[in-house]
Amino acid sequence: MGKKILLKGNEVMSEAAIQAGCRFFAGYPITPQNEVPEYMSRRMPQVGGVFVQAESEIAAINMVFGASAAGARCMTSSSSPGISLKQEGISYIAGAELPCLIANMQRGGPGLGNIRASQADYFQAVKGGGHGDYRLIVLAPASTQELYNLTMNAFDWADYYRNPVLMLGDGILGQMTEPVEILPYEPILDLPEKDFILDGCKGRDPRVVKTLVLRPAEGLVDHNEHLQKKYRRIESELSLCDEYRVEDADIVIAAYGITSRIAKGAVRMAREKGMKVGLIRPITLWPFPKESFKKVAYDTSQILVVEMSHGQFIEDVKLAIEAACPVEFLGKGGGWYPTEEIILEKIESMITSPVAAKGRV
Amino acid sequence: MDRQETKIVMAGFGGQGIVVIGNILARAAIIEDKNVVGMVCYGAEMRGGTANATVIISNDEIASPFVNHPDMAIILNGPSLDRFEPEISQDGLVLMNTSMISRDPRRSDLACIKVNATKIAHEIGNLRVSNIVSVGAFIEHTRLLSISSIEQAISDLFSNKKAELVEVNLKALHTGAERSTCLQPLDIK
Repeated sequence: MGKKILLKGNEVMSEAAIQAGCRFFAGYPITPQNEVPEYMSRRMPQVGGVFVQAESEIAAINMVFGASAAGARCMTSSSSPGISLKQEGISYIAGAELPCLIANMQRGGPGLGNIRASQADYFQAVKGGGHGDYRLIVLAPASTQELYNLTMNAFDWADYYRNPVLMLGDGILGQMTEPVEILPYEPILDLPEKDFILDGCKGRDPRVVKTLVLRPAEGLVDHNEHLQKKYRRIESELSLCDEYRVEDADIVIAAYGITSRIAKGAVRMAREKGMKVGLIRPITLWPFPKESFKKVAYDTSQILVVEMSHGQFIEDVKLAIEAACPVEFLGKGGGWYPTEEIILEKIESMITSPVAAKGRV
Repeated sequence: MDRQETKIVMAGFGGQGIVVIGNILARAAIIEDKNVVGMVCYGAEMRGGTANATVIISNDEIASPFVNHPDMAIILNGPSLDRFEPEISQDGLVLMNTSMISRDPRRSDLACIKVNATKIAHEIGNLRVSNIVSVGAFIEHTRLLSISSIEQAISDLFSNKKAELVEVNLKALHTGAERSTCLQPLDIK
């Protein structure tokens, strides 16, 4: 077992990136992710990496485009409004199939919103955000240890699939302090040689990294089909999900990230009161673990979706379970978060509702 | 295994070392192989306003990182007592820095640790250690963590800054433990 040290989520993610060989970071300050650039500004020079406080979020994401095209493991981070600014660059990076990590420690929106935690950027994260038919691999850790481990994995998945990865955290995950076991980095995949990077063409044919495809006329159609084929492959290979006490559950809570953690407390409280409640938590939001959700939905009477927004994640839950059971909702945006008691109250109301009395569908 | 989880809030003026208290409790909890989650309240805080942080210490997996009803409160100034006393859970505990709090708790169900923390820190010769004086009093009467874990945590935290800081903080810790009282609910009128 490695040494456990006490760090904030934002610092944990930064250290994991450094451990995984990330040597280029560009960012622009915004609460609640400011510890990331702060930590990187200190650590990057120590490991011979590059830290840039860019003039804007847009500049930062485009620097990441350049760093990735040059072959560096690289990342940027921001929070909701800043991530919106990066969308054009993210679309370009996805189009050019450049590996990188983008972290969003979500805050309340829309607009400049506030600095409290939120999960209202779900659609933006998993459905696109920028223009064009592209996908990001989207990860949703629920603890700082998981944030540490997934950050390391993220760089491997990014390189393996040549695809940007989005770490979808929130202000709470970024700000909370927990002991983390600092494990050394070991690749989880056989990583291919980076045969696309621009590292000087002496002795080989020149390479080009670009996203404008005008010729041949069908070139962009072909490129899109190639991308879609890759996305189907990622969907078939990478889908992570965690389940807790779902086997005999009459009600299964579906929640991701920090909300799933609060929900787990509610499950424990419900179980103590003799109610059969479980929890399903996607770790990858894209690819969405559809099969696991479907299976759970067929085996339970009701699903309760809890999220810190007015209902975004719930759409993917409903799509995945193909109407196998009724879905209830608990959620608000703008910095609201559920307590274990609020979730328990909702569960109690569901147990006494006519739907539950009808039994399994 | 019985699930034992303690939720603690720490509050005072910005600059009283609230975050450091949380840090030391959390480090000591790790030394004792316990689970811990800490949060520092962030937001549009005002200079001169109250600062607060929370720590949850558990022998089991910690679910929510939030503390809405703390079991114990370490309160270093008057405004923080006004704000947090109503939130402490039933039959909970409050530690009060009596140098900066002029009233008793209004609730009769709370145990109350009293320590003249700022005055003691002044006598020790470093006003900034009033937070650690409070930790000494807190640990002495709650035994939530062992004093040796706290000593270790203080050494770990301050040793890479200045060696003499370890010494003065350890002195603050022990003086706080010695010069504090704990009133059980029945003792408080």
